Amino acid sequence: MEEIHKKSAGDFFILYLFLNFVYIERNTKSCMKNKSLVSIDQCSKEDILRILDNAGEFEKNPNRRLLEGKVAATLFFEPSTRTRLSFETAVNRLGGRVIGFQDASTTSSSKGETLKDTILMVSNYADLIIMRHYLEGAARYASEVTDIPIINAGDGANQHPSQTMLDLYSIRKTQGKLEDLTITMVGDLKYGRTVHSLIVGMSHFNPTFHFVAPNELRMPDEQKTFCDERGIKYYEHTDFTEDVINETDILYMTRVQRERFTDLEEYERVKNVYILKNEMLENSRDNLKILHPLPRVNEISYDVDDNPKAYYIQQARNGLYAREAIICEVLGINV
Amino acid sequence: MSAEKKKELQVAAIENGTVIDHIPPARLFKVASLLGLEKMEGNTITIGNNLYSQKVGNKGMIKISDKFFKEEEINRIALVAPNVVLNVIKDYEVVEKKKVALPDVIKGLVKCNNPKCITNNEPMPTVFEVVDKVNGTIKCHYCERKIKKDDIIIK
Ligand SMILES: [Zn+2]
Repeated sequence: MEEIHKKSAGDFFILYLFLNFVYIERNTKSCMKNKSLVSIDQCSKEDILRILDNAGEFEKNPNRRLLEGKVAATLFFEPSTRTRLSFETAVNRLGGRVIGFQDASTTSSSKGETLKDTILMVSNYADLIIMRHYLEGAARYASEVTDIPIINAGDGANQHPSQTMLDLYSIRKTQGKLEDLTITMVGDLKYGRTVHSLIVGMSHFNPTFHFVAPNELRMPDEQKTFCDERGIKYYEHTDFTEDVINETDILYMTRVQRERFTDLEEYERVKNVYILKNEMLENSRDNLKILHPLPRVNEISYDVDDNPKAYYIQQARNGLYAREAIICEVLGINV
Repeated sequence: MSAEKKKELQVAAIENGTVIDHIPPARLFKVASLLGLEKMEGNTITIGNNLYSQKVGNKGMIKISDKFFKEEEINRIALVAPNVVLNVIKDYEVVEKKKVALPDVIKGLVKCNNPKCITNNEPMPTVFEVVDKVNGTIKCHYCERKIKKDDIIIK
C-alpha cells in the first residue's frame, strides 16, 4: 500500500514537471513569435513570399481538409459581408467549422461587455479568431489578451492585412514577379488604408510609385517619409493622365468619397477627374492590370470591365486563396 | 561671498531633496501638476519662474525638500519638458544630476488622441512607443496614430 502510494506520487511529480515544461514551451513560443496576423508590417519579405506560395497551392486545389476538427470564430463587431464570406468560405474549404456573429448589436458587447471578456469567452471554444472591429487597435489588443491566434479582418481605418495579401498575390500572379514594378495609385490616398498597407507590403520589392490624387486627399507625409527612408521612388500628380498610365504595370484604383471632403466645391471639381475610362488604356503596357479593393462606385467606367486588363473581379477571388494561406500560417499548419 | 558660492547656494538651498532646473517657463505649472505638487503635504516647495539663466535664457525652477523621485515620476516630466535637469540634494550638496530623457515606451500616462482608438473605449492602459526622441513624437501601440509633442494629452 505504502509502495503504491509512493509510486503514484512520483508519477504525479513527473506529470507536474511535464506540464510545467509544456507551459514554459508554450510561453517561450508566444514570446518568440506572435502567430497572430494583426498588421502587414509584422510580415518580413520571407513571410510574405511563403504565404503567397501557399496561396498558389490553394488556387490549384482550394479544398483540402487541413482544418479537420478545428473551430474558427468569425467575430464581426462591424458588419462586412464581403470579407466575412471570404473568410468563412476559406475555413469551410479547409474542412473546419465556423462559429461567430456578424453584427455587434446582437452580441453581449452591446450590453457593455468588454472586448477582453468577449475574446476570452470565445477563446474557450475556438482554435482561431478572425475579427473585424470598428475600433482601431482592437485586433492588436485582442492578440495580447488571448493565447489563440487572431487574424485582423479590419480594425476601423487602421489595418486590413488579408486585403494587402490578396493584392500582393494578384500583383505577383499577373506580373509573374513582385520586383521592380511601377504601381500607380489613384483616388483617395489620404484615408485609403489599402493603399497605405500596399506601400508597406511592396516596400520589400523595389517598387516605383505614382500617387494620383486631388490635393485634399494626397498621400500623407507619413507614407512618403516611409518611402524616403527606404529609398523608394515616388511621384505625385494631381492630374490623372494617360502619360502616367502608359508607364504603369499595376493601376490601383480607389473610391473618392464625397464625405471625405471638407470643401464640397473641391469635391465637385475633382469627382470626375479620377475616373478611369476605357479609351485611356489605349496605349498602356501589355502587362498592365487594373486593381480595385471593391466595392467600386463610379471610379471605373463599366466599359473597362470587358478590357482584359481589368482584373478587379478575379482579384476578389484571389482573396479566398490568400485567406486560406493566412489561416494555415497563423495555426502553424504546413501546406 | 564669491559669485560661485552664491550661485551654488541659489540652487542648493535645501538640505535634502530635489531641485528641478531648466524648466521652460511656459511649462512650469504643467511640470508642477504632473509631479502632483499640489497634493504634497509636509514637503517645503519653492517655485521660481522667469529666472535668468546665462545658458538657456529665462527658466523655471522647483525645489522640493525631502523628496526623491522614482524613474516613472521623472518620465512624466520628460513628456512636457524634455531638457529639464534634476539635482538630487543631500546635506546641501548636489550628489547627482539627472537629465530626464524620454523612455522608449510610455505606459499608462498618455491618453490617445484618437476617439476611435480601442484604448479610449476599453478599460485598459495605453501604450505609446517614442518614435522620435528629439522632437518628442510618440505613436500609439494600438491604433498606430502618431502624436506630436504639443498635442500630447497627459491622463
Ligand atoms: Zn490609439
